[in-house]
Amino acid sequence: MRSLYISLFSEYYKSRKTLAFWAAILLPVIICTLVSFGFYSNADKILPLKFSGMMLWARYSSATLNVMGFLIMPFYVIFMAFSVNNIEHKNDTWKTLFAQPLNKFSIYAAKYLFAVLLIFICLALFGALTLGFGYILQSLVPKYTFNQYNPVTFLFNSYAKLFFSSLGILSLQLILSLIWADFLKPMGIGFVGTIMGIVTASLNWKFAYLIPYSLPTLALQLTKVKKGGDPLAFEVFSREIYTSLIFATAFFIIGYFIVSKKSIK
Amino acid sequence: MSAFAIETVGLNFNFGSQTIVKDLSLQVPKGSIYGFLGPNGAGKTTTIKILLNLLQSPADQVFIFGKEINRNRIATLKRIGALVEQPAIYGHLTGKENLINRCILLGINKNKSTEMLALVGLTDAASKKAAQYSLGMKQRLGIALALVSDPELLLLDEPTNGLDPNGIIEVRNLMVELATKHQKTILVSSHLLAEIERTATHVGIINKGQLLFQGTINELHQLSKPMLEIEINDVEKASDLLINCGYQVAENDGKKLSIPYKNDKENAEINTLLVQNGFMISALYKQRKDLENLFLDITKNN
Repeated sequence: MRSLYISLFSEYYKSRKTLAFWAAILLPVIICTLVSFGFYSNADKILPLKFSGMMLWARYSSATLNVMGFLIMPFYVIFMAFSVNNIEHKNDTWKTLFAQPLNKFSIYAAKYLFAVLLIFICLALFGALTLGFGYILQSLVPKYTFNQYNPVTFLFNSYAKLFFSSLGILSLQLILSLIWADFLKPMGIGFVGTIMGIVTASLNWKFAYLIPYSLPTLALQLTKVKKGGDPLAFEVFSREIYTSLIFATAFFIIGYFIVSKKSIK
Repeated sequence: MSAFAIETVGLNFNFGSQTIVKDLSLQVPKGSIYGFLGPNGAGKTTTIKILLNLLQSPADQVFIFGKEINRNRIATLKRIGALVEQPAIYGHLTGKENLINRCILLGINKNKSTEMLALVGLTDAASKKAAQYSLGMKQRLGIALALVSDPELLLLDEPTNGLDPNGIIEVRNLMVELATKHQKTILVSSHLLAEIERTATHVGIINKGQLLFQGTINELHQLSKPMLEIEINDVEKASDLLINCGYQVAENDGKKLSIPYKNDKENAEINTLLVQNGFMISALYKQRKDLENLFLDITKNN
């Protein structure tokens, strides 16, 4: 356990000055700021639509959620998986990492956990900033109805779904970037996978849930507000999430076997 | 309790169908500086990677401090510090941060990083990004990283690569100090034979994955047969005279003659013979074959 903790802390220490680390913070700050600015500057066009508090929150948060879930999230996860391994590939440091008195599981699990943590921080910030900026918008544009509805559960459930649905992609991409040191192969496969995932999910292909890359899109489809329905009436642990967690566990175990047999030539 | 810090027993290692290390039986005594010599591609780095368990060795062929490496990987690595090939450092971190990161991984006090930077003369460059370091500075940082855990056994793969003459002397002195004052065992690979000759107490010579020689530095020198070198005015005629008188002229390079050395009395007889026959001798001395030539002889025959 101590071995895992120090490996994880080392991952933070050596990554804290990299783009991958700061992307977890900058991405939500930039996107939430832009969306909020859009709602602020277009208040005169939105107010006449007379949204209820619930619908206004749904409209406002889905602007971020959709951009994030459909496009940015899969690529962000792919980039994160690439970054945690690339730091070793680029500096040729696998040999020193594996020459330390640490078990290989800790080294591998720390990389995985660090990527999971960054995704978690990123999505938690998205949720928190969406909420925070919503209330700031309310104070800047008092005619908005953000104060009529408490969106905490809705936001929590939505981002929790997005988080769990991305873990399958993360585990798979971590293996790809572990095997290949170059940028193109893991990113290329991830890119093709993501496009395929979006297309199959959007077409509602019945086996789309078996493709890890389609899971974030599928997870968000379920959170769309139906007419007359309550946006909170969706379960977090749906079939897509279970599939993602099964993929994540299976690929994580496969990845460990690859690491344990990895020879440093 | 094994007397050897490193012992390999008939170690074999292949990359696919290519044999890299063949029946290698290294014996590195505790407290020694073991010079691991060989030309490029001889299998030195592969052997060092096997000793670090970076490459999986067959069971019961590699023992570090008497313990089989595959079954005791973590306990063994706790006792080893290593510099393998080019120093592996994080370019986006400063020299000090690289050392702190290693301290984190090893669970040791971060203040050790300052001490190590001073030891390798990088205190002034502590806050500079390692990517901006010269090759020599990277090499020094690599040595500092290897030393930070205060290991009992140091594996240094060509540690003076890229260092200037002062740096080479410093590393050489550091190795001697670590072995003599701190009882460290050091395995240092190199193709700079003169350097190994100056520091090593023991030598192993490897070529094409096979160990050609292993022993103390004195045993290696004894393999080298001394020669009597004669610098003389008319080399050809002097050579004919000596051959006619029953001496064996091993080498005639046009400027001097080399004759296998037997004893001082025979040296005097040869000197007298040449002088009496009107030759002018400018120098006559006993010369031991240097390690470089000896190394070439050994590897050439393999």
